[in-house]
Amino acid sequence: MTAIADRILNIPFVRRSDALRTFVVAAWLGWQIESNWADPFLFAIYSLARPIASVLILVVMYAVITDGAMEQPIFSYIYLGNALYILVSSVITGVSWAVIDDREHYRTMKQLYTAPLDGYAYLMGRGVARMLIGTISVLITIGFGLIAFHLPIRLATIDWGLLLLSTALGVASLAAMGLMLGSLTMMLARHFWAVGEMVAGSLYLFSGAIFPLEVLPPWLRPLGFVFPVTYWLEAARRALLGPQALGFPTLAHFSDWQLVGILSGMTAVLIVVSGFFYRWALHQAKEKGLIDMETAY
Amino acid sequence: MSEIREVEKARGFSLFWRTMWARAYPRIIGTTREKSWAFFDTILPLMSTVSYVFVYRAINAPEEYIGFVVVGGAMTAFWLNVLWSMASQLYWDKDMGNLELYVLSPGPMMAILLGMAVGGLVMTGTRAAAILIVCSLLFRVTYQTGSLLLLLAIFTLTMAALYGMGMMFASVFLASGREAWHLSNLLQEPIYLVSGFYFPVRALGFWVATFASVIPLTLGLDAMRQLLFAGGPSLGFLSVRTETGILAVSAVIFIAAAHVMLRKLEEKGRRDGRLIERRR
Repeated sequence: MTAIADRILNIPFVRRSDALRTFVVAAWLGWQIESNWADPFLFAIYSLARPIASVLILVVMYAVITDGAMEQPIFSYIYLGNALYILVSSVITGVSWAVIDDREHYRTMKQLYTAPLDGYAYLMGRGVARMLIGTISVLITIGFGLIAFHLPIRLATIDWGLLLLSTALGVASLAAMGLMLGSLTMMLARHFWAVGEMVAGSLYLFSGAIFPLEVLPPWLRPLGFVFPVTYWLEAARRALLGPQALGFPTLAHFSDWQLVGILSGMTAVLIVVSGFFYRWALHQAKEKGLIDMETAY
Repeated sequence: MSEIREVEKARGFSLFWRTMWARAYPRIIGTTREKSWAFFDTILPLMSTVSYVFVYRAINAPEEYIGFVVVGGAMTAFWLNVLWSMASQLYWDKDMGNLELYVLSPGPMMAILLGMAVGGLVMTGTRAAAILIVCSLLFRVTYQTGSLLLLLAIFTLTMAALYGMGMMFASVFLASGREAWHLSNLLQEPIYLVSGFYFPVRALGFWVATFASVIPLTLGLDAMRQLLFAGGPSLGFLSVRTETGILAVSAVIFIAAAHVMLRKLEEKGRRDGRLIERRR
């Protein structure tokens, strides 16, 4: 990882940009913290066991009730939704945990914010490590589903364009949301650990990740349509499963490109808002003397 | 001139008792001084439990499974308390510089750990009760209240075995250094899976369920579900009587093992000079 980071840093346009240099170094640092400082064997098990176990909970729940009818479209819906959701929680909580780590654990906030770095790019970079781990977990979980439960995904029939485009937009929207939560964390003295988890938990419940939105009571359903994750999960499922995914009423009246359009709009708004929110939160944290606060909470 | 009172030196059980309450005190007082935890500690676990309920609804599961999820969701509070507020706590205390104070004090380490558990029970109990009450009302879960005394006995035995295990873990986590964090994370979802937090553990087959019975919550949860739901006994792993017996034996074994392991670790740490070593 160090060699890769070195190479990227030596690219002329990266070397010239403060933001890009900060981003690359922060991503390298995040990776060192997440992986190299733990026993590699334990780290590998930890990265695989949690996602596999969480999807197996749903598999067993499903199998107990349906007597193992894994060929039903609802099974693929639940399985893929849960697998893709790993990325949601990794990216969203990744940035806020970077703030908590730097402030409470490593106590380096003072040094970081007195250094000539781009804070926005730094936090984005710190989130990359968790995103990479999340991506690996998603791929392994889907691979496991293909082998163990014969998920109806065929490489030849995957709509790669829709998958890559929607995933890029989905991850960008998640990163912007994560950055806003990280910014909020800078101003909190208590319960900062719960901020990311709470938003991730809400998305799990309201974005139709593991059950179609129609299962929710009618007064709760509109909440699902507010989050970009709902559109990303729907688009990714359609791209991976093909016509089978369209069997569900959730968002069925939207075409693939309408989904991408809505997702693009939401992502653009979130990125702009996150930039302003970060600046405002940083200013507030500095004004109130919270930036290097160590609460040991 | 005021008379100087001699302070009675605590020994034996009295020392254990006082140490336990001394450690529990800041946690209990902390919960009354800063009450916003009640919101964060109840809403967050509620959402995952509710999500699992909706999964069962999506696949048209019988109503008793909704009850299984609610009871399992409530019990996750105790497992999380053991992992994060007990097993990992000595590692964090080492990081913050409290561990050396514990070691230097005459109070037994087991009493300190038990104090953490007792102190954390206010928060954990609230969390579990919130899941149980809110979800039961929200999803109209019906319970049968046949043997309330037996239910209480099983719950108490489960907690004794579980917190004994937590004390044992504390010594293991302390020895594992920076990996303590990963270990705690590793023991969340995989344990929810093998212990059958969201489905009857019998569904995993005899051998997996037997292996998972090492975790006291597996049998505790199974026995409680058998007593609480009309369809529970037909979905139970072992009979309630057998599960109660195993839980009682587990409690004794875990508490004794924790005592031995904590003593050994402290001894080894002192000898190697690494007991209070901090690495970030």
